[in-house]
Amino acid sequence: MQTAVQQARPAKKKLKFSQRFKNRLHDMKEYRASYVMISPFILLFSLFTILPVVLSIILSFTYYNVLEFPRWTGWSNYRRLFIDDEVFLLAVKNTFVYAVITGPLSYVLCLLFAWVVNELPGKLKAVMTFVFYAPSISNAFLIWTILFSGDMYGYANSFLLRLGIISDPVQWLSTQSYMMPIFIVVALWLSLGTAFLAMRAGFNTIDKQYFEAAAVDGIKNRWQELWYITLPMMAPHLMFSAVLQITGAFSAGAVGNALFGFPSTGYATHTIMNHLADYSGIRYERGYAAAIATLLFIVMVGTNKGVQRLIRKVGA
Amino acid sequence: MDQTVLTDAPEITASVKLRRVIRKIFSNRAEKINRTKIGNAGIFFFLGLFGIYSALPLFLTIMQAFKPLNEFFLYPPRYIPRQPTAENFRMLLSLMSTTWVPFSRYVFNTVFITICGTLGHVLVASLAAYPLAKHKFPGAKFIFSLVVTSLMFHSTVTDVVNYITMSTLRWVDTYLAVIVPAFQSVMGVFLMRQFMTQIPDSLLESARIDGASEYRTFWSIIMPQVKPAWLTLAILEFQNLWRLSGSNYIYREELKTLPYAMSQIVAGGIIRAGAGAAATVILMAVPIIFFILAQTQILQTMASSGIKE
Repeated sequence: MQTAVQQARPAKKKLKFSQRFKNRLHDMKEYRASYVMISPFILLFSLFTILPVVLSIILSFTYYNVLEFPRWTGWSNYRRLFIDDEVFLLAVKNTFVYAVITGPLSYVLCLLFAWVVNELPGKLKAVMTFVFYAPSISNAFLIWTILFSGDMYGYANSFLLRLGIISDPVQWLSTQSYMMPIFIVVALWLSLGTAFLAMRAGFNTIDKQYFEAAAVDGIKNRWQELWYITLPMMAPHLMFSAVLQITGAFSAGAVGNALFGFPSTGYATHTIMNHLADYSGIRYERGYAAAIATLLFIVMVGTNKGVQRLIRKVGA
Repeated sequence: MDQTVLTDAPEITASVKLRRVIRKIFSNRAEKINRTKIGNAGIFFFLGLFGIYSALPLFLTIMQAFKPLNEFFLYPPRYIPRQPTAENFRMLLSLMSTTWVPFSRYVFNTVFITICGTLGHVLVASLAAYPLAKHKFPGAKFIFSLVVTSLMFHSTVTDVVNYITMSTLRWVDTYLAVIVPAFQSVMGVFLMRQFMTQIPDSLLESARIDGASEYRTFWSIIMPQVKPAWLTLAILEFQNLWRLSGSNYIYREELKTLPYAMSQIVAGGIIRAGAGAAATVILMAVPIIFFILAQTQILQTMASSGIKE
């Protein structure tokens, strides 16, 4: 199919616009089957992903309460977010604290575990992959609420009480200074998901010959091997995993609700996602919610693009 | 006589096997290039430590589900039940029959949504991935770059507008509102496309020479080749839909899902602690079993998952 198209078109650089257009049209006709096959996805993807992102940006400049038609209000939603809405600023702070810690940490954990697990022999490899991956699909927050339960039956409390470190049970899940650290510990527990599997598979793809050749060329230990050979060779996997972990780090919300309730005490674990859900689903201020969504979108995509630039430097 | 042979034999092989594995870990590895014994020991210590962090909470969850009620509120708490019982699971069953909507309805909803959503997703994603991977049609690059960009944000961002879309389509409070958006999840298109790129072009070429249409090629040449990938897509989407506890578009009790019903049980307070743990274990068991069965295929798919610039 490709070759037919290439032959049909004269290989000239300067073509008239009409000719170029005709060629294009010819190509598109030639590839009719491709368009037919991709059309269900394109249709749904445009309707449920592209359109919402674009419309959100427009809606963010309006006042919209579901009942009335949106009314244009300019930058007022954004002004309100950054000047009047203290809870939002707190949510931004929490989200960044959370993302800056869990994002890179979970990424490094995925990488380290994938690497180490990959060194194991056959069966054990599969078992350890499962052990690390299982929490992310278990959805089992329940145990953490028992571990950090505020009464003396909670595992953490009873343990510390018996050691004599504390004399009264601690309210772990509603004391502001403990909430964020607990949030992060649980999030890390849940974070070895698809990205971990991608890295695990990435290590697998590298041919053993490279390591032998590298040993001859003077690579002395496993760290050098990791940095100079393995990581550059699996750069595409590093990139893919980074995207997943960053997106995950910024979309924290549900875990916090399960652990600390909504809203959390003193908004100590209130994230941008929570704020968005609050205004969109509970308060029905959809224009305002759209502004939050737009900001979140920009932050997520922006961070991803920035980090990709960093990853390209690995091993260089 | 015979009996002793029968009972002893497996023990011996198991211990031999274990010893073999240990020897493999500690001696064979060190013979490999650039591997020291001390380094290995350090790595295994690290692996063990974090293995516990990873596995212990799940282990305790399972223990919790088998704890009899009188062991729940003891001081000091008993991590492992002294008299394990299936009472919690029975209690869960009896609680289920007291709910307003028959419990079987919640089970049906989750199973129905999960199966329809997963099947549709695998089909739509594969159909889109094939031309993206193998045809150089005008617009292919652009569409793929949109897919990659969509991996970079969470779908919650689209919720505000999607609510308007759903109500315009009159899909609020129908299964469609949950099932159809699952079809277009970009992760599946991405993974499938990356996997299909590896299929040698010569295979497609020979199909064309034999006169197969593109649809025919897709269905009888490509799809059988990418079994690991569609299994992976199915399992990832299954995980998403299975844990779906609520949605902005579902308000009717008859359409609510299993995780939602379970969370209502857990919210029932102290007396239901056991039943809650039992519910959690049942819910987490299903995706975990599927993962164990499909691990090899998933890793095979992930091997091609990288993003090239």
